[in-house]
Amino acid sequence: MVNTQQPLEPSRPPVVAVAVVSMILVVAGGIYTAAYLPHTAPLTPTVILVLLSIGGLAVNAVTLMRLQNFAWDRFFQVGRWALLAYLVIAGMLEYIFIVDGMSGNLLLLFTLMLAIYAVDVPLLLAYSVARYQAVET
Amino acid sequence: MADVAIPAQPGMIGTQAAPRREVQIIPMQGLPIVGIVLAALVAAIAGNWLWALDFFHVVGGGLWTGIDLFVGLVVGPILGRMSIPARQEFAAQFMPKMLLIMPTLVIATLASGFQLARHLNVLAVSYPQHWWITGSFIVVGVMAVIALGFLEPANLAVLFEMRKPQPNGMLIGRLMKRFAYTAGITGVMQLATLIIMTRIATW
Repeated sequence: MVNTQQPLEPSRPPVVAVAVVSMILVVAGGIYTAAYLPHTAPLTPTVILVLLSIGGLAVNAVTLMRLQNFAWDRFFQVGRWALLAYLVIAGMLEYIFIVDGMSGNLLLLFTLMLAIYAVDVPLLLAYSVARYQAVET
Repeated sequence: MADVAIPAQPGMIGTQAAPRREVQIIPMQGLPIVGIVLAALVAAIAGNWLWALDFFHVVGGGLWTGIDLFVGLVVGPILGRMSIPARQEFAAQFMPKMLLIMPTLVIATLASGFQLARHLNVLAVSYPQHWWITGSFIVVGVMAVIALGFLEPANLAVLFEMRKPQPNGMLIGRLMKRFAYTAGITGVMQLATLIIMTRIATW
């Protein structure tokens, strides 16, 4: 039976909002840098965007560590499969950058952006599922 | 992730309860197909084969755009008007397949498109013409944020909610509405993709 009387969810910190902002920052960094191709973009704006995005990930990591009464088993179940899938996708994109002869600081920045993406999306998916799950005691 | 049987909703089909159905998160039988597509994509990129790159970009992009438009502008509004049990029934069959199909289409389209642009020297055009290229990056970026930040989490959360012995109908209804709205937005944004891509292809 479908239960339509349950409350939607308990009050939770804004992990989803922070993860989405972190994703927007890294996507903006990617677009800005790619807009200069085949030339190299001035890297300072990209570095700032990447650092801010890493900051968002760090805030989320701390927030998650402080969460109580949370379905961690479900979080890690979804998270590890999603991480595997997004590591494959990020790995393919990294492969393309290397095949195309990207190197130096630009490659380092794109690798960092892919790493953020490969962690941020699984975190978002895992949290989005686990937040609605009952805590096993 | 394992399948879990959910009880059928009484009264959904005739007067008899429908048989118990399996709610799958990922259709495992589709994984080998995804593996073959990705392996072929890597081979096309490694070989820098123009035909293969063009094939992946045109076929992948056409399917991605078509599915987004159809789901966003046709299926989504219909879904929004369906009862919660009907939405559940539809989601249990539809969403697991989307979890495999869409990421595969997106990675195939983007990876081959980037290589194709380099191969055809499209990236080398100067501004203001280059704005068409930058515009395509922006559209894809916005769609990626919407899909990964809102649509896919809602999709996954619905599937897990339906695995519960007593699914929360209000929650499923709310998440399905989010799915329908975000699918509609990406569907409309795909119109921008069509305009940009047809412009670039006819330079």
